[in-house]
Amino acid sequence: MFSLSGKTALVTGASGGIGAAIARQLHALGATVVLSGTREAALKELADSLGERTHIAVANLSEASEADGLVAKAEEVAGAPLDILVNNAGLTRDTLAIRMKDSDWSQVMTVDLESPFRLARAALKGMLRRRAGRIISIASVVGTTGNAGQANYAAAKAGIVGMSKSLAQEAGPRGVTVNVVAPGFIETPMTDVLSEGIREKLVGSIPLGRMGNPDDVAAAVVYLASDEAAWVTGTTLHVNGGMAMV
Amino acid sequence: MSDIADKVKKIVVEHLGVEESKVTPDASFIDDLGADSLDTVELVMAFEEAFSVEIPEDAAEKIATVKDAIDYIEKQKAA
Repeated sequence: MFSLSGKTALVTGASGGIGAAIARQLHALGATVVLSGTREAALKELADSLGERTHIAVANLSEASEADGLVAKAEEVAGAPLDILVNNAGLTRDTLAIRMKDSDWSQVMTVDLESPFRLARAALKGMLRRRAGRIISIASVVGTTGNAGQANYAAAKAGIVGMSKSLAQEAGPRGVTVNVVAPGFIETPMTDVLSEGIREKLVGSIPLGRMGNPDDVAAAVVYLASDEAAWVTGTTLHVNGGMAMV
Repeated sequence: MSDIADKVKKIVVEHLGVEESKVTPDASFIDDLGADSLDTVELVMAFEEAFSVEIPEDAAEKIATVKDAIDYIEKQKAA
């Protein structure tokens, strides 16, 4: 199927469930992958399991300077310019709006919306010059549907969509594509905290009858990263088992 | 020609892939040298980097020709 041989990819949040699956699939198709995250030990473990063509770039995306510098750092450790940026890192600070603290709002905005912009801005400079590149950001179904308790997260994820559409228009003339993958409910540590009752109700609302897994999301990323997706830009690929058909 | 003018010319040739002879002072980046809007932004960023100057958005919009760029940078450097 798709080949990413000779391509260099940066995956943020690679120590998480979805990030690791994305890194694994990109790597399996031949890409050199730079794994980024805050937890060095987890990144090392993943890098060891992948083997060659794997590098690590630790970064805390809450810090503007670290987000700004990550693309350069990734290119340095990989020894090659970046072909594929996957903005996957994200965090949640769920609570009803009336109880939401300023810091709950701003932390989510900084990591989930502002840092993807900082990374895309840095990556685009080289990609535009080289007239090639792929930027793929992981959003969420709640960016489209909204979700009680996630005003901050939903706003950031909806923001990712608007940002990506704008970047897609700016970068299109240079053959650089910018797209979004919006997962629904995926089995990860982030969704393990849900109670059994809520889980059952959720699965009941999914036509395909199950929660998603990280590989379902990674497959969509791989497609958008491929040469075959050269004519797809500014779009959001919903991977949600049919829960929200948008 | 000043050093600045030489360097500006070189950057234009490099970024737009045009022949040096076409990069005359009056040459317009968009009308004569085939640049699109993204090219002009990239050129301004290249100038900023090469000359360690900051070219704000409103000033960048007024830089349409090779001479505009040279004049602006010379003025910044003299200040």
